[in-house]
Amino acid sequence: MTEKTTLLKPSPETGTLIEMAPEKIPSKQGIPELEKKLLERIGASARKLRIMHVCGTHERTIAKYGLRSVLPEEIEVISGPGCPVCVTPEADIDIAIALAKSRASVVTFGDMMRVPGSTGSLLDAKAEGADVKMVYSIDDAVALAEKKPEQEVVFFGIGFETTVPANAATLLRGVPENFSLLVSQKRTPPAIGLLAKDTEVDAFIAPGHVATIIGTKPFEPLAYQGFPVVVSGFEAYDVLLGISLLLTQLGEGAARVDNGYPRVVKPEGNLIALKMMEEVFETADSEWRGIGNIERSGLVLKKEFEEQDAAKRHEDFYAKALEEIRKKAKGRDKKRCICAAILTGKANPSRCPSFGKGCTPKTPAGPCMVSQEGMCYNWFKYARAGGSGHA
Amino acid sequence: MCIAIPGRVKAIVNENTATVDMGGVRRDVNMDLLGGASEALLGKYVLVHVGYAISEISEEEGEETMRLLKLMAGLDDGENDSFEAFPGNRDTD
Ligand code: SF4
Repeated sequence: MTEKTTLLKPSPETGTLIEMAPEKIPSKQGIPELEKKLLERIGASARKLRIMHVCGTHERTIAKYGLRSVLPEEIEVISGPGCPVCVTPEADIDIAIALAKSRASVVTFGDMMRVPGSTGSLLDAKAEGADVKMVYSIDDAVALAEKKPEQEVVFFGIGFETTVPANAATLLRGVPENFSLLVSQKRTPPAIGLLAKDTEVDAFIAPGHVATIIGTKPFEPLAYQGFPVVVSGFEAYDVLLGISLLLTQLGEGAARVDNGYPRVVKPEGNLIALKMMEEVFETADSEWRGIGNIERSGLVLKKEFEEQDAAKRHEDFYAKALEEIRKKAKGRDKKRCICAAILTGKANPSRCPSFGKGCTPKTPAGPCMVSQEGMCYNWFKYARAGGSGHA
Repeated sequence: MCIAIPGRVKAIVNENTATVDMGGVRRDVNMDLLGGASEALLGKYVLVHVGYAISEISEEEGEETMRLLKLMAGLDDGENDSFEAFPGNRDTD
Protein backbone atom coordinates (compact mmCIF):
# COMPACT_ATOMS: atom_id res chain seq x y z
CA MET A 1 0.00 0.00 0.00
CA THR A 2 1.18 3.45 -0.77
CA GLU A 3 2.53 5.78 1.88
CA LYS A 4 0.56 8.67 0.46
CA THR A 5 -2.89 9.20 1.85
CA THR A 6 -5.68 11.67 2.19
CA LEU A 7 -5.25 13.70 5.33
CA LEU A 8 -7.89 15.38 7.40
CA LYS A 9 -7.75 18.30 9.74
CA PRO A 10 -10.36 19.98 11.86
CA SER A 11 -11.66 23.13 10.25
CA PRO A 12 -10.74 26.13 12.40
CA GLU A 13 -14.29 27.51 12.08
CA THR A 14 -16.48 24.49 12.58
CA GLY A 15 -14.09 21.93 14.03
CA THR A 16 -15.27 19.26 11.60
CA LEU A 17 -12.66 17.28 9.72
CA ILE A 18 -11.86 18.60 6.29
CA GLU A 19 -9.61 17.28 3.59
CA MET A 20 -6.17 18.81 3.33
CA ALA A 21 -4.10 19.26 0.25
CA PRO A 22 -1.86 16.23 0.53
CA GLU A 23 1.24 17.84 -0.94
CA LYS A 24 1.41 20.33 1.92
CA ILE A 25 1.86 17.61 4.47
CA PRO A 26 5.13 15.82 4.74
CA SER A 27 3.99 12.26 5.12
CA LYS A 28 4.36 10.43 8.42
CA GLN A 29 5.22 13.54 10.35
CA GLY A 30 2.76 13.05 13.14
CA ILE A 31 2.03 16.01 15.38
CA PRO A 32 5.40 16.74 16.91
CA GLU A 33 4.20 19.42 19.29
CA LEU A 34 1.37 17.36 20.62
CA GLU A 35 3.47 14.24 20.90
CA LYS A 36 6.10 16.16 22.84
CA LYS A 37 3.50 17.47 25.25
CA LEU A 38 1.99 14.03 25.72
CA LEU A 39 5.41 12.61 26.48
CA GLU A 40 6.04 15.37 29.03
CA ARG A 41 2.78 14.54 30.70
CA ILE A 42 3.54 10.84 30.69
CA GLY A 43 6.97 11.59 32.13
CA ALA A 44 5.46 13.66 34.93
CA SER A 45 3.01 10.97 36.02
CA ALA A 46 5.19 7.96 35.23
CA ARG A 47 5.25 5.06 37.61
CA LYS A 48 6.50 1.52 37.44
CA LEU A 49 4.23 -0.01 34.88
CA ARG A 50 4.04 -2.93 32.48
CA ILE A 51 1.60 -2.29 29.68
CA MET A 52 0.71 -5.04 27.25
CA HIS A 53 -0.67 -4.38 23.80
CA VAL A 54 -2.15 -7.24 21.84
CA CYS A 55 -2.04 -6.04 18.29
CA GLY A 56 0.65 -6.43 15.69
CA THR A 57 -0.20 -3.03 14.25
CA HIS A 58 0.48 -1.45 17.63
CA GLU A 59 3.86 -3.16 17.69
CA ARG A 60 4.49 -1.68 14.29
CA THR A 61 3.68 1.84 15.46
CA ILE A 62 5.75 1.45 18.63
CA ALA A 63 8.76 0.04 16.78
CA LYS A 64 8.49 2.39 13.84
CA TYR A 65 8.38 5.59 15.88
CA GLY A 66 10.86 4.28 18.42
CA LEU A 67 8.39 4.89 21.24
CA ARG A 68 10.12 2.53 23.65
CA SER A 69 13.23 4.68 23.56
CA VAL A 70 11.39 7.92 24.40
CA LEU A 71 9.06 6.62 27.08
CA PRO A 72 10.17 6.93 30.71
CA GLU A 73 12.19 3.96 31.87
CA GLU A 74 9.60 2.86 34.40
CA ILE A 75 7.07 2.26 31.66
CA GLU A 76 7.57 -0.96 29.81
CA VAL A 77 5.42 -1.77 26.81
CA ILE A 78 5.29 -5.45 25.98
CA SER A 79 3.73 -7.25 23.08
CA GLY A 80 1.08 -9.95 23.36
CA PRO A 81 -0.17 -12.41 20.78
CA GLY A 82 -1.46 -9.78 18.39
CA CYS A 83 -0.33 -11.24 15.13
CA PRO A 84 -2.87 -13.60 13.58
CA VAL A 85 -0.32 -15.06 11.21
CA CYS A 86 1.98 -15.82 14.16
CA VAL A 87 -0.65 -17.72 16.16
CA THR A 88 -2.00 -19.84 13.29
CA PRO A 89 -1.04 -23.38 14.30
CA GLU A 90 1.33 -25.46 12.23
CA ALA A 91 -1.37 -28.11 11.85
CA ASP A 92 -3.66 -25.68 10.00
CA ILE A 93 -0.85 -24.68 7.65
CA ASP A 94 -0.15 -28.36 7.07
CA ILE A 95 -3.77 -28.92 6.02
CA ALA A 96 -3.61 -25.94 3.65
CA ILE A 97 -0.46 -27.35 2.10
CA ALA A 98 -1.97 -30.84 1.85
CA LEU A 99 -4.99 -29.35 0.07
CA ALA A 100 -2.77 -27.47 -2.37
CA LYS A 101 -0.75 -30.61 -3.03
CA SER A 102 -3.92 -32.52 -3.77
CA ARG A 103 -6.28 -31.06 -6.32
CA ALA A 104 -7.41 -27.81 -4.78
CA SER A 105 -6.24 -24.31 -5.50
CA VAL A 106 -5.36 -22.72 -2.14
CA VAL A 107 -5.73 -18.98 -1.92
CA THR A 108 -4.64 -16.77 0.98
CA PHE A 109 -3.11 -13.48 2.14
CA GLY A 110 0.52 -12.71 1.39
CA ASP A 111 1.71 -12.92 4.99
CA MET A 112 0.36 -16.43 5.33
CA MET A 113 2.34 -17.76 2.38
CA ARG A 114 5.71 -17.74 4.12
CA VAL A 115 4.84 -18.97 7.58
CA PRO A 116 6.41 -22.36 8.13
CA GLY A 117 4.12 -25.28 8.87
CA SER A 118 5.63 -28.43 10.29
CA THR A 119 7.76 -29.04 7.20
CA GLY A 120 7.66 -25.88 5.15
CA SER A 121 5.48 -22.99 4.04
CA LEU A 122 2.79 -22.62 1.40
CA LEU A 123 5.37 -20.79 -0.66
CA ASP A 124 7.70 -23.80 -0.46
CA ALA A 125 4.79 -25.99 -1.55
CA LYS A 126 4.16 -23.66 -4.47
CA ALA A 127 7.79 -24.00 -5.54
CA GLU A 128 7.25 -27.74 -5.52
CA GLY A 129 4.32 -27.35 -7.89
CA ALA A 130 1.36 -27.03 -5.53
CA ASP A 131 -1.42 -24.68 -6.58
CA VAL A 132 -1.10 -21.70 -4.20
CA LYS A 133 -2.23 -18.16 -4.92
CA MET A 134 -2.07 -14.89 -3.05
CA VAL A 135 -4.95 -12.43 -2.86
CA TYR A 136 -5.74 -9.13 -1.20
CA SER A 137 -9.32 -9.96 -0.33
CA ILE A 138 -11.61 -12.97 -0.03
CA ASP A 139 -13.63 -11.46 -2.90
CA ASP A 140 -10.65 -12.03 -5.20
CA ALA A 141 -10.69 -15.69 -4.17
CA VAL A 142 -14.38 -15.97 -5.02
CA ALA A 143 -13.71 -14.36 -8.40
CA LEU A 144 -11.05 -17.01 -9.07
CA ALA A 145 -13.57 -19.75 -8.29
CA GLU A 146 -16.14 -18.15 -10.59
CA LYS A 147 -13.64 -18.03 -13.43
CA LYS A 148 -12.80 -21.73 -13.16
CA PRO A 149 -15.92 -23.66 -12.16
CA GLU A 150 -14.21 -27.02 -12.57
CA GLN A 151 -11.43 -26.11 -10.10
CA GLU A 152 -11.90 -26.50 -6.33
CA VAL A 153 -10.85 -23.21 -4.74
CA VAL A 154 -10.08 -23.10 -1.02
CA PHE A 155 -9.66 -19.77 0.75
CA PHE A 156 -7.40 -20.12 3.79
CA GLY A 157 -9.24 -17.71 6.06
CA ILE A 158 -7.13 -16.74 9.02
CA GLY A 159 -7.47 -13.75 11.29
CA PHE A 160 -9.02 -12.09 14.30
CA GLU A 161 -12.38 -10.37 14.57
CA THR A 162 -11.19 -7.62 12.21
CA THR A 163 -10.94 -10.08 9.33
CA VAL A 164 -13.65 -12.61 10.17
CA PRO A 165 -16.68 -10.46 9.16
CA ALA A 166 -15.50 -10.32 5.53
CA ASN A 167 -15.57 -14.11 5.47
CA ALA A 168 -19.05 -14.14 6.99
CA ALA A 169 -20.37 -11.56 4.53
CA THR A 170 -19.00 -13.57 1.62
CA LEU A 171 -20.70 -16.81 2.67
CA LEU A 172 -23.98 -14.99 3.33
CA ARG A 173 -23.89 -13.45 -0.14
CA GLY A 174 -23.53 -16.95 -1.57
CA VAL A 175 -20.45 -18.53 -3.13
CA PRO A 176 -19.90 -20.74 -6.16
CA GLU A 177 -20.18 -24.54 -5.72
CA ASN A 178 -16.44 -25.02 -6.06
CA PHE A 179 -15.53 -22.52 -3.32
CA SER A 180 -14.84 -23.42 0.28
CA LEU A 181 -13.20 -21.94 3.36
CA LEU A 182 -10.39 -23.37 5.45
CA VAL A 183 -11.07 -21.56 8.67
CA SER A 184 -8.44 -20.68 11.26
CA GLN A 185 -10.01 -17.70 12.98
CA LYS A 186 -9.49 -16.43 16.47
CA ARG A 187 -11.25 -14.34 19.10
CA THR A 188 -8.92 -12.01 20.98
CA PRO A 189 -10.62 -11.44 24.37
CA PRO A 190 -10.13 -15.03 25.63
CA ALA A 191 -6.42 -14.85 24.79
CA ILE A 192 -6.03 -11.53 26.60
CA GLY A 193 -7.93 -13.01 29.54
CA LEU A 194 -5.45 -15.85 29.71
CA LEU A 195 -2.46 -13.51 29.59
CA ALA A 196 -3.95 -11.40 32.35
CA LYS A 197 -3.66 -14.47 34.56
CA ASP A 198 -0.36 -15.81 33.28
CA THR A 199 1.86 -12.84 32.58
CA GLU A 200 3.11 -10.09 34.79
CA VAL A 201 1.23 -7.09 33.46
CA ASP A 202 -0.51 -4.05 34.96
CA ALA A 203 -2.61 -2.60 32.15
CA PHE A 204 -3.72 -3.30 28.60
CA ILE A 205 -3.87 -1.42 25.33
CA ALA A 206 -6.74 -3.14 23.51
CA PRO A 207 -6.58 -3.61 19.74
CA GLY A 208 -8.36 -0.75 17.97
CA HIS A 209 -9.35 -2.54 14.81
CA VAL A 210 -10.65 -5.61 16.61
CA ALA A 211 -12.68 -3.21 18.77
CA THR A 212 -14.02 -1.56 15.61
CA ILE A 213 -15.95 -4.80 15.12
CA ILE A 214 -16.59 -6.11 18.64
CA GLY A 215 -16.83 -2.80 20.49
CA THR A 216 -15.39 -2.00 23.89
CA LYS A 217 -17.62 -4.22 26.05
CA PRO A 218 -15.76 -7.52 25.54
CA PHE A 219 -12.75 -5.93 27.27
CA GLU A 220 -14.70 -5.08 30.40
CA PRO A 221 -14.01 -8.37 32.19
CA LEU A 222 -10.36 -7.27 32.27
CA ALA A 223 -11.37 -4.07 34.03
CA TYR A 224 -13.43 -6.08 36.54
CA GLN A 225 -10.27 -8.01 37.28
CA GLY A 226 -8.62 -4.72 38.11
CA PHE A 227 -6.74 -3.96 34.89
CA PRO A 228 -7.01 -0.49 33.39
CA VAL A 229 -7.72 -0.87 29.67
CA VAL A 230 -7.64 1.59 26.79
CA VAL A 231 -8.69 1.02 23.19
CA SER A 232 -6.14 2.78 21.00
CA GLY A 233 -5.57 3.75 17.40
CA PHE A 234 -2.37 3.35 15.46
CA GLU A 235 -0.61 6.65 15.18
CA ALA A 236 2.22 7.51 17.56
CA TYR A 237 -0.05 10.09 19.20
CA ASP A 238 -2.82 7.50 19.56
CA VAL A 239 -0.51 5.18 21.48
CA LEU A 240 0.79 8.04 23.63
CA LEU A 241 -2.77 9.16 24.28
CA GLY A 242 -3.59 5.58 25.31
CA ILE A 243 -0.70 5.46 27.76
CA SER A 244 -1.76 8.84 29.22
CA LEU A 245 -5.30 7.58 29.69
CA LEU A 246 -3.99 4.46 31.44
CA LEU A 247 -1.85 6.61 33.75
CA THR A 248 -4.89 8.73 34.54
CA GLN A 249 -6.89 5.64 35.48
CA LEU A 250 -4.04 4.41 37.66
CA GLY A 251 -3.78 7.81 39.30
CA GLU A 252 -7.48 7.65 40.14
CA GLY A 253 -7.15 4.08 41.34
CA ALA A 254 -9.70 3.15 38.68
CA ALA A 255 -9.91 0.23 36.29
CA ARG A 256 -12.21 0.71 33.34
CA VAL A 257 -12.19 0.53 29.56
CA ASP A 258 -11.44 3.93 28.02
CA ASN A 259 -12.04 4.53 24.34
CA GLY A 260 -9.00 6.40 23.04
CA TYR A 261 -9.97 5.79 19.40
CA PRO A 262 -13.49 7.23 19.21
CA ARG A 263 -13.11 8.43 15.63
CA VAL A 264 -13.32 4.80 14.55
CA VAL A 265 -14.46 2.63 17.48
CA LYS A 266 -18.04 2.75 18.70
CA PRO A 267 -18.74 1.26 22.14
CA GLU A 268 -21.14 -1.25 20.62
CA GLY A 269 -18.83 -2.11 17.71
CA ASN A 270 -20.06 -2.76 14.18
CA LEU A 271 -23.49 -4.31 14.75
CA ILE A 272 -23.96 -5.35 11.11
CA ALA A 273 -20.65 -7.19 11.10
CA LEU A 274 -21.35 -8.81 14.46
CA LYS A 275 -24.72 -10.10 13.28
CA MET A 276 -23.17 -11.59 10.14
CA MET A 277 -20.45 -13.28 12.17
CA GLU A 278 -23.03 -14.73 14.50
CA GLU A 279 -25.06 -16.11 11.62
CA VAL A 280 -22.13 -17.95 10.10
CA PHE A 281 -19.71 -18.81 12.90
CA GLU A 282 -19.84 -20.22 16.39
CA THR A 283 -17.23 -20.17 19.12
CA ALA A 284 -15.08 -23.20 19.79
CA ASP A 285 -11.87 -23.95 21.63
CA SER A 286 -8.88 -23.13 19.52
CA GLU A 287 -5.17 -23.82 19.34
CA TRP A 288 -2.81 -20.81 19.35
CA ARG A 289 0.64 -21.45 18.01
CA GLY A 290 3.13 -21.29 20.86
CA ILE A 291 0.44 -20.82 23.47
CA GLY A 292 -1.72 -23.92 23.25
CA ASN A 293 -5.43 -24.43 23.48
CA ILE A 294 -7.51 -21.48 24.67
CA GLU A 295 -11.12 -22.07 25.59
CA ARG A 296 -13.74 -20.47 23.35
CA SER A 297 -11.08 -18.53 21.49
CA GLY A 298 -11.89 -19.82 18.01
CA LEU A 299 -14.62 -19.19 15.46
CA VAL A 300 -15.69 -22.17 13.35
CA LEU A 301 -18.36 -22.54 10.68
CA LYS A 302 -21.84 -23.44 11.86
CA LYS A 303 -23.39 -26.70 10.74
CA GLU A 304 -25.48 -24.95 8.06
CA PHE A 305 -22.26 -24.00 6.30
CA GLU A 306 -20.64 -27.44 6.42
CA GLU A 307 -20.65 -27.64 2.63
CA GLN A 308 -18.30 -24.65 2.56
CA ASP A 309 -15.97 -26.06 5.19
CA ALA A 310 -12.87 -27.14 3.27
CA ALA A 311 -11.38 -29.19 6.10
CA LYS A 312 -14.46 -31.42 6.20
CA ARG A 313 -15.58 -31.35 2.61
CA HIS A 314 -12.22 -32.42 1.19
CA GLU A 315 -11.07 -34.56 4.10
CA ASP A 316 -10.55 -37.68 2.02
CA PHE A 317 -8.73 -36.23 -0.89
CA TYR A 318 -6.02 -34.45 1.07
CA ALA A 319 -5.60 -37.22 3.67
CA LYS A 320 -2.68 -38.82 1.84
CA ALA A 321 -0.77 -35.57 1.38
CA LEU A 322 -1.31 -34.68 5.03
CA GLU A 323 -0.04 -38.05 6.16
CA GLU A 324 3.13 -37.52 4.15
CA ILE A 325 3.70 -34.09 5.67
CA ARG A 326 3.27 -35.52 9.16
CA LYS A 327 5.65 -38.38 8.45
CA LYS A 328 8.26 -35.96 7.19
CA ALA A 329 7.79 -33.70 10.21
CA LYS A 330 8.49 -36.50 12.64
CA GLY A 331 12.13 -36.81 11.77
CA ARG A 332 13.01 -33.14 11.59
CA ASP A 333 15.02 -31.42 14.27
CA LYS A 334 13.04 -28.55 15.73
CA LYS A 335 14.59 -25.15 15.29
CA ARG A 336 14.92 -23.24 18.50
CA CYS A 337 12.55 -20.39 17.79
CA ILE A 338 11.33 -18.55 20.89
CA CYS A 339 8.25 -17.01 19.25
CA ALA A 340 6.09 -18.66 21.89
CA ALA A 341 7.75 -16.75 24.71
CA ILE A 342 7.69 -13.57 22.65
CA LEU A 343 3.98 -13.92 21.90
CA THR A 344 3.18 -14.15 25.58
CA GLY A 345 5.26 -11.16 26.64
CA LYS A 346 7.86 -13.31 28.37
CA ALA A 347 10.81 -12.51 26.12
CA ASN A 348 12.07 -9.99 23.58
CA PRO A 349 13.43 -10.90 20.16
CA SER A 350 16.90 -9.86 21.34
CA ARG A 351 16.86 -12.95 23.56
CA CYS A 352 16.71 -15.20 20.51
CA PRO A 353 20.13 -16.37 19.31
CA SER A 354 18.89 -16.51 15.70
CA PHE A 355 17.52 -12.95 15.68
CA GLY A 356 19.11 -10.98 12.85
CA LYS A 357 21.56 -13.81 12.20
CA GLY A 358 19.99 -17.02 10.92
CA CYS A 359 16.57 -15.42 11.08
CA THR A 360 15.71 -12.27 9.11
CA PRO A 361 12.59 -11.16 7.21
CA LYS A 362 14.18 -12.67 4.09
CA THR A 363 15.00 -15.96 5.81
CA PRO A 364 12.38 -16.27 8.55
CA ALA A 365 12.87 -19.18 10.92
CA GLY A 366 9.66 -18.56 12.82
CA PRO A 367 6.28 -16.89 12.28
CA CYS A 368 7.15 -13.75 14.29
CA MET A 369 9.73 -12.85 11.65
CA VAL A 370 7.37 -13.38 8.70
CA SER A 371 4.46 -11.14 9.31
CA GLN A 372 4.53 -7.36 9.15
CA GLU A 373 2.86 -7.60 12.52
CA GLY A 374 5.33 -10.00 14.04
CA MET A 375 7.43 -8.70 16.89
CA CYS A 376 10.69 -10.05 15.43
CA TYR A 377 9.93 -8.54 12.03
CA ASN A 378 9.26 -5.12 13.50
CA TRP A 379 12.27 -5.19 15.79
CA PHE A 380 14.44 -6.15 12.88
CA LYS A 381 13.01 -3.63 10.47
CA TYR A 382 12.73 -0.59 12.72
CA ALA A 383 15.24 -1.15 15.49
CA ARG A 384 17.90 -1.08 12.83
CA ALA A 385 16.63 2.23 11.59
CA GLY A 386 16.50 3.46 15.18
CA GLY A 387 12.76 3.96 14.84
CA SER A 388 11.88 6.81 12.52
CA GLY A 389 9.26 9.48 12.87
CA HIS A 390 8.45 11.65 15.81
CA ALA A 391 7.83 11.18 19.47
CA MET B 1 -3.30 -8.55 9.07
CA CYS B 2 -5.35 -6.18 11.12
CA ILE B 3 -3.84 -3.25 9.27
CA ALA B 4 -6.61 -1.02 8.01
CA ILE B 5 -6.42 2.04 5.81
CA PRO B 6 -8.73 5.03 5.70
CA GLY B 7 -10.17 6.19 2.41
CA ARG B 8 -12.94 8.31 0.98
CA VAL B 9 -15.97 6.91 -0.82
CA LYS B 10 -15.93 8.35 -4.35
CA ALA B 11 -18.49 6.35 -6.32
CA ILE B 12 -21.03 3.58 -5.93
CA VAL B 13 -20.34 0.61 -8.23
CA ASN B 14 -23.21 -1.71 -7.27
CA GLU B 15 -25.19 -2.61 -4.16
CA ASN B 16 -22.18 -4.28 -2.53
CA THR B 17 -19.30 -2.26 -3.87
CA ALA B 18 -18.02 1.31 -3.87
CA THR B 19 -14.90 2.94 -5.24
CA VAL B 20 -12.78 4.27 -2.41
CA ASP B 21 -9.86 6.66 -2.76
CA MET B 22 -7.05 5.72 -0.43
CA GLY B 23 -4.38 8.35 -0.68
CA GLY B 24 -4.67 8.63 -4.44
CA VAL B 25 -5.11 4.90 -5.03
CA ARG B 26 -8.63 3.97 -6.05
CA ARG B 27 -9.97 0.56 -5.23
CA ASP B 28 -13.27 -1.22 -5.35
CA VAL B 29 -14.18 -1.90 -1.76
CA ASN B 30 -16.92 -4.15 -0.43
CA MET B 31 -19.43 -2.21 1.69
CA ASP B 32 -21.49 -5.12 3.07
CA LEU B 33 -20.24 -4.60 6.61
CA LEU B 34 -21.62 -1.07 6.55
CA GLY B 35 -24.98 -2.30 5.32
CA GLY B 36 -24.24 -2.16 1.58
CA ALA B 37 -23.03 0.51 -0.82
CA SER B 38 -25.65 3.22 -0.49
CA GLU B 39 -25.56 6.75 -1.85
CA ALA B 40 -25.49 7.99 1.74
CA LEU B 41 -21.87 6.85 1.99
CA LEU B 42 -20.67 9.09 -0.85
CA GLY B 43 -17.98 11.46 0.36
CA LYS B 44 -17.68 9.70 3.72
CA TYR B 45 -14.44 8.38 5.15
CA VAL B 46 -14.25 4.67 5.84
CA LEU B 47 -11.65 2.32 7.23
CA VAL B 48 -10.74 -0.46 4.79
CA HIS B 49 -9.40 -3.87 5.78
CA VAL B 50 -8.77 -6.78 3.37
CA GLY B 51 -11.01 -5.21 0.76
CA TYR B 52 -13.92 -4.53 3.12
CA ALA B 53 -14.96 -1.27 4.74
CA ILE B 54 -15.19 -2.16 8.43
CA SER B 55 -16.13 1.18 9.91
CA GLU B 56 -17.15 4.68 9.04
CA ILE B 57 -14.74 7.28 10.36
CA SER B 58 -16.81 9.72 12.29
CA GLU B 59 -16.17 13.42 11.95
CA GLU B 60 -17.67 14.35 15.30
CA GLU B 61 -15.61 11.68 16.97
CA GLY B 62 -12.57 13.05 15.18
CA GLU B 63 -13.21 16.13 17.25
CA GLU B 64 -13.53 13.96 20.34
CA THR B 65 -10.10 12.47 19.63
CA MET B 66 -8.76 15.97 19.34
CA ARG B 67 -10.39 17.02 22.58
CA LEU B 68 -8.92 14.00 24.37
CA LEU B 69 -5.50 14.61 22.88
CA LYS B 70 -5.50 18.23 23.96
CA LEU B 71 -6.76 17.37 27.39
CA MET B 72 -4.13 14.73 27.96
CA ALA B 73 -1.39 16.89 26.48
CA GLY B 74 -2.41 19.64 28.89
CA LEU B 75 -3.06 22.13 26.12
CA ASP B 76 -6.08 24.35 26.23
CA ASP B 77 -8.23 25.36 23.30
CA GLY B 78 -6.58 28.73 22.85
CA GLU B 79 -3.27 27.14 22.00
CA ASN B 80 -4.43 25.90 18.67
CA ASP B 81 -1.55 26.48 16.32
CA SER B 82 0.14 23.17 16.68
CA PHE B 83 -2.96 21.38 15.49
CA GLU B 84 -3.04 22.97 12.09
CA ALA B 85 -1.58 19.77 10.77
CA PHE B 86 -3.75 17.35 12.66
CA PRO B 87 -3.75 14.36 10.40
CA GLY B 88 -6.95 13.02 11.88
CA ASN B 89 -7.04 9.77 10.07
CA ARG B 90 -3.77 9.13 8.42
CA ASP B 91 -2.85 5.85 6.91
CA THR B 92 -2.68 3.42 9.80
CA ASP B 93 -0.23 1.33 7.84
S1 SF4 C 1 14.14 -14.25 15.61
FE1 SF4 C 1 13.29 -15.87 14.30
S2 SF4 C 1 13.81 -17.77 15.33
FE2 SF4 C 1 14.05 -16.13 16.84
S3 SF4 C 1 12.07 -16.00 17.88
FE3 SF4 C 1 11.99 -14.55 16.20
S4 SF4 C 1 11.06 -15.69 14.50
FE4 SF4 C 1 11.74 -17.21 16.02
